[in-house]
Amino acid sequence: MDLHFGDSKPTDEERAAVDSLLGLPTSAWEGADDRTDSDLRWARGGREARERRDLLLPGLHAINDRIGWISEGALDYLCRRLTVPPAEAYGVATFYAMFAVKPRPAKVLHVCTDLACASKGSAAVCAGLEERLGAAGSAAGGLVWQPSPCLGLCERAPAALVIQAGVPSDEGSAPQPPAAPGATERVQLGGARPSWPAGANPAGPARAANGVSVTAPLPSSPAGLPVGGQAAEAAPRRYATAVIAPATPEALVLAGAEPAAAPAEPAAALAVPQAGQPGLSLLSRVGVVDPYSLDDYRAHDGYRALRRAFDLGPAGVIREVTDAGLVGRGGAAFPTGRKWQATASQPVRQHYLVCNADESEPGTFKDRVVMEGDPYALIESMTIAGYAVGADRGYLYLRGEYPRALRLLQHAIDQARARGFLGDDILGQGYAFDIEIRRGAGAYICGEETALFNSIEGYRGEPRSKPPFPVESGLFGKPTAENNVETLINVLPILNQGAAAYAAIGTGQSTGPKLFCVSGNVGKPGIYELPFGATLGELLELAEAPDTMRAILLGGAAGGFVRPDELDIPLTFEGTRAAGTTLGSGVVLVLDDTVPLPKMLVRVAEFFRDESCGQCVPCRVGTVRQEEALHRIVDKTGEDAAEDIALLREVGAAMKDASICGLGQTAWSAVESAIDRLGAYK
Amino acid sequence: MTAIPLQLPRRLLEFTLDGQETRVPEGSTLLDACRAAGKDIPTLCEGDTLAPKNACRVCVVEVEGARVLAPACSRKAEAGMTVLTDSPRARHSRKIVLELLASSTDLSTTPRAAEWIKEYKAKPERFGPDAARLDEEPKIDNDLYVRDYDKCIQCYKCVDACGEQWQNSFAISVAGRGFDARISTEHDAPLTDSACVYCGNCIEVCPTGALSFKSEFDMREAGTWNEEIQTETTTICAYCGVGCNLTLHVQENEIVKVTSPHDNPVTHGNLCIKGRFGFQHVQER
Repeated sequence: MDLHFGDSKPTDEERAAVDSLLGLPTSAWEGADDRTDSDLRWARGGREARERRDLLLPGLHAINDRIGWISEGALDYLCRRLTVPPAEAYGVATFYAMFAVKPRPAKVLHVCTDLACASKGSAAVCAGLEERLGAAGSAAGGLVWQPSPCLGLCERAPAALVIQAGVPSDEGSAPQPPAAPGATERVQLGGARPSWPAGANPAGPARAANGVSVTAPLPSSPAGLPVGGQAAEAAPRRYATAVIAPATPEALVLAGAEPAAAPAEPAAALAVPQAGQPGLSLLSRVGVVDPYSLDDYRAHDGYRALRRAFDLGPAGVIREVTDAGLVGRGGAAFPTGRKWQATASQPVRQHYLVCNADESEPGTFKDRVVMEGDPYALIESMTIAGYAVGADRGYLYLRGEYPRALRLLQHAIDQARARGFLGDDILGQGYAFDIEIRRGAGAYICGEETALFNSIEGYRGEPRSKPPFPVESGLFGKPTAENNVETLINVLPILNQGAAAYAAIGTGQSTGPKLFCVSGNVGKPGIYELPFGATLGELLELAEAPDTMRAILLGGAAGGFVRPDELDIPLTFEGTRAAGTTLGSGVVLVLDDTVPLPKMLVRVAEFFRDESCGQCVPCRVGTVRQEEALHRIVDKTGEDAAEDIALLREVGAAMKDASICGLGQTAWSAVESAIDRLGAYK
Repeated sequence: MTAIPLQLPRRLLEFTLDGQETRVPEGSTLLDACRAAGKDIPTLCEGDTLAPKNACRVCVVEVEGARVLAPACSRKAEAGMTVLTDSPRARHSRKIVLELLASSTDLSTTPRAAEWIKEYKAKPERFGPDAARLDEEPKIDNDLYVRDYDKCIQCYKCVDACGEQWQNSFAISVAGRGFDARISTEHDAPLTDSACVYCGNCIEVCPTGALSFKSEFDMREAGTWNEEIQTETTTICAYCGVGCNLTLHVQENEIVKVTSPHDNPVTHGNLCIKGRFGFQHVQER
């Protein structure tokens, strides 16, 4: 390819943002200002130069985190550095909701208006903000606010996230846990990358050390100035994030003015009403261990499963997981053992392990709570999975809206690497494995396994057509096992208890414990761990559901509604299927009779319209037509709505049958269930 | 004498197509099999010189036992499978896809679109007068070709032809997401500021006329475009020694556009700026 660049130049700050990720440019071919004699003699290009395409998304993050938006000059410079055509990079940058390619203020306030937050008053929050800050999307006072899809903070709805772009500091220093949790807010961007074995590193040496972290000023520091800032110069604006949930307009205006001074988030354990109770398996450590402490993790059974895995050998681990009957918890319920076996048996090297932590299904927040409450469990599980499938690299694709999970996981990975639980020779067993975190940037579709691969590789997060399946040709075209966070952490009890004891939990076809995300109009929203087979009623009793329930949404926006008189549905894959609904990712969203159902359905439709990648016609246009029809009948019932409902059915059937991926195939299912099961519009 | 390149003999596999036992060479797609059997499956994003993108979904067929329909253009035939090309489910999805496209996009220059809309009894107008449309103005920023995105169905063919599959220029990509996705240069810059080399290979593969010669666009605007009276003459380009085939489309003794035969082993339908657009000197009088 013959790259063509415009005349736009990056600012010094934009250049610094890219260089903090990629190191300084080594030649004019890569964007250095001065052309040397050797540059005139040697062209840098070809495969080697193009092989760093997977750093495009981290590069866009680096610019966006520092400046707040991505200018022509910045994008061009990043493209020069990575040998990526600018048109393609522009296509990637405009794919993600968290990036902007037009100037915008450094502070962006994302206000969740999705299902759980809508049921808890997000409309009032938005109205209050409109009064105080002006209409959504209009910049005022260095701040812009915008409605957002589900932020995964449903237990504390309504929720909001403030992101302030700015300069990271402490470059290169290893992150340390705060002395007292919450006292100092540590923000880490990107984090130290694993040092892949020499020669096997596609990115070259520039990739090795670029730990970037920032200590946001203490809330007590005057006017939020960084400690030690030069009095003569204006203090640089620091990168900071703040999660405000439950949100009020007043709190959001305050947090928007000074994100670094916002009150610290409550501990993850508060999202687990059962925390500390005996008998928990997946959640046993949440709220019990210090999520920053590897020693504390080890003192609570940590890394016992990995030692057992080394005793069993890779084939033994796969046998245990298969015998335990573990199936994927992301929603598709594919047998994990079979996936691992299929990956492990591919003769092609290299194999990859990918952890899908891009949970973006409205109403889902279990992965966040696990990652924030027990991060080492995920690191250990990924190590075991990587060992089983013969991978020496793992990618952890984390959704971009989870700043605290990013911080904790990066810290956990760094600690594990420093202590020999990751790296070239794990526990002296001769097994090399390391994990790199990749941040998503606001795209629900990237939770689709092949879209996630494209996103990591630096392409638009559009699903690929299958076959070939990931176990054969996945990330970078190599055999890849991709598992969801909850699926992976189930490996620990399987190895610790043994397959037989694990398989004895739950029902014949759905074995083990299951996490449920209960939100909406309930007394005790949060994550619940129950053995498969518990009924919906039992779960809702724990969560203190009201007597005035109107509907329960199972499985999130891609799931289906059930009625409050269907509480005896067993919460298993086969039980929900038999009842004509789905378990999905474990969302249980309760709506009481104060929530206007037609408006919720419009919100579901808006969600799919916004999140459709646009690749195939049934989904790209079908989701728009679905939303239009639901808008038309929002106040109508009976005969008045009949024509549009017939239209919805026809479009819905085509979306279900002819879309490329699960997004389009399920975009109509919640609406369909509301019409057929709840009698909406009757 | 035409040389026919010999290929390795391919094993035949057998499957059932609309109740008929069918034998096709291994590696054939369902669309290949349908065409060999004389079945007319509508296609839009499928291109004979490009890898199937299966984005438009107008060619979907029903494979027995599968949860969802399969795109005939990319799904490979497998021994023993049972395929229904005309089942109610397949016809329904095709009808809806045509309705969705026709209600949002201008299909007036898409070959056969009107015929299929009639055949499948599609009623694009039933989404109402307020149904969202692309509503794009033609982009005319150079003398050679026009991008009329109101006619674009986002089939990715131009992007693939410009990028890795043929030209390696990567001047355009899909930008944005969902219904707002558009084919775009970086920052939506004019084509003249982009990496475009004006080979026109994107026009060659465009299935809807969203990309067209400026000459064709102007004549259509003026109402003088008349394909019925055009003649096509295939000749050899005289600009260099490669020997690409040019097909000159001539109307009233004027060359109005240039294409290249897709089965030509040299060009596969592709040309460069000189062969594609360098015909003015022939008719400067």
